[in-house]
Amino acid sequence: MPPAVLVKHLQVSYGRQPVLRDLSIEVPEGAFFIIIGPNSSGKTTLLRAMAGAVKPQQGQVEIWGEPVGHFSKKALARLVAVVPQRVVTDIPFSVQEVVLMGRSPHVGWMGLEQPRDLELAMEAMTFTNVAHLARRPLPQLSGGELQRVIIARAICQQPRLLLLDEPTAALDPAHQVNIMDLMAQLQQERGLTVVMVSHDLNLAAMYGEQLLLLKEGKTVQSGRPADVLTYELLEQAYGCPVLVDTNPLGQVPRITLVPKRFLGPPF
Amino acid sequence: MSWSGLPLARRLLWVAILGGVLLAISLALGMSLGSTPASWRQNLAALLDRGGPEDILTTIIWRIRWPRALLAGLVGATLSLGGLVFQALLRNPLADPYILGVSGGSAVGAILGLLAGLAPFPGVALLAFLGSMCTLLLVLVITSGEPGGRKGSLLLAGVMVNAFCSAVIIFLVSITQDARLHNILYWLMGDLSMSAPNQTTFLIYFLLPCFLVVLCLARPLNLLLMGEETALYLGLNVALTSRILLVVTSLMVSLAVCQSGLVGFVGLVVPHLFRLILGPDHRLLIPACLLGGGSFLILCDLVSRVLPSQGEMPVGVITAMVGAPLFVLLLMRSR
Repeated sequence: MPPAVLVKHLQVSYGRQPVLRDLSIEVPEGAFFIIIGPNSSGKTTLLRAMAGAVKPQQGQVEIWGEPVGHFSKKALARLVAVVPQRVVTDIPFSVQEVVLMGRSPHVGWMGLEQPRDLELAMEAMTFTNVAHLARRPLPQLSGGELQRVIIARAICQQPRLLLLDEPTAALDPAHQVNIMDLMAQLQQERGLTVVMVSHDLNLAAMYGEQLLLLKEGKTVQSGRPADVLTYELLEQAYGCPVLVDTNPLGQVPRITLVPKRFLGPPF
Repeated sequence: MSWSGLPLARRLLWVAILGGVLLAISLALGMSLGSTPASWRQNLAALLDRGGPEDILTTIIWRIRWPRALLAGLVGATLSLGGLVFQALLRNPLADPYILGVSGGSAVGAILGLLAGLAPFPGVALLAFLGSMCTLLLVLVITSGEPGGRKGSLLLAGVMVNAFCSAVIIFLVSITQDARLHNILYWLMGDLSMSAPNQTTFLIYFLLPCFLVVLCLARPLNLLLMGEETALYLGLNVALTSRILLVVTSLMVSLAVCQSGLVGFVGLVVPHLFRLILGPDHRLLIPACLLGGGSFLILCDLVSRVLPSQGEMPVGVITAMVGAPLFVLLLMRSR
């Protein structure tokens, strides 16, 4: 069985600015894989490359053994769903209509949905707890509701691989845990492969089975949370001092940021 | 049950029925009202009895008013659909074939074709199509690469292209000896009275396939509304779909402009009206814009014909008087 995602010597630049430099990683099927790293380290670009949205200068991304470029857009969308960082929210489609858009790679051009599509949408909305909002127009949703709607749309696509770009970024702690629990549930109960970009190191430590720490488009370290989230590696990647101990909940690292005034006198 | 709770197929049926009725009423009105007074009884008789060539009213209705109402309907449907597609493709509520300068480009092409003595088809139509594509590409090039400020710069680019095209039109029409071209108002404000009836039937064969293509792309248009990246993730070949839509829309707009001149703001008024009523789903909006846009221009043409005026008022005067205030309103609301 080939891995869900295989990235081979991937090189991507925007103009002259190299974003990913000779990056190689492997995401096994059914993994909960979290990509961390400082701003502009290439996390989002890596995710977009996995989704076939950027053309690499060199190297390639394979999804279950097949290069991403070989898929038609429709075939790829039946296999890979993406929850992007920013979504359009000013078009007054109803929640149900937005979730039903997830059926696009499965229905014909003119695109009248069948009863089966409506069932799948309802199931996805129930799973992410937005079924009661089905008629609500998109612009009236809160941040947490919106994120759950977009995730429901991705589920409705019936993908085998789910890519998420900072899904918890603008949410309060309760909603963050809620979204992460949903992802863990999808991964464990339905065998979905989940790849997520995150800025929250503690969430990454608690939920990620495998982490990838990126810096300037290159791998700093990849592996289990305990191997990646070490004081030395984090300081090297982020350039700021952190405190790493063990999370009281279990055998995962806990990361504490250190304000300047705790660092002692400057001289 | 509320409107949004109805299944899509049911809503589509309602749009088709109500739109069809609206179009039928507009056509009936457009054919029975005019400068020749007649009672509704006489009108009805003449409408139903196509045969009698000796009856003056029958002749007026079927030889003069019918081709004109048909043309108005086709042009109205085309411009409304064009506006709808541009608004979704450019994700800009103010886009419209006229405002973007696409209509102006077609008119310049058409006039050049007429000056060169080309046949109405394919010569003039082809030049009109080239003109519309050139202006569209120009506007897109001017506004590319600035995702943030696109709304404003798109409008500015359109206004400039439009002003330039208008100047070229007036210039060309002024220097020519050709009597056919002397009606400047025909080109600048739009006029449905100059077109030859046989060209109208000809127009149908080209416009209907264009309508069908856009109708088939209703769902992709919905996806494009959610942003190009999201549309891609939902399995849409964004580049190909956008190109097809741009070419087909420019083609049908330029064909309409060849027959009617620059009728402005139809593509702005009609889609926005239906968006308010039906919501953003293109699977409903496309049929609604076709039927409703046709009706709208038939009625505008009727108003321009029956209002007392010296000679005849161009239909573009009526559409601009409705459309321009709406445009300002939308502009103020989008800030």
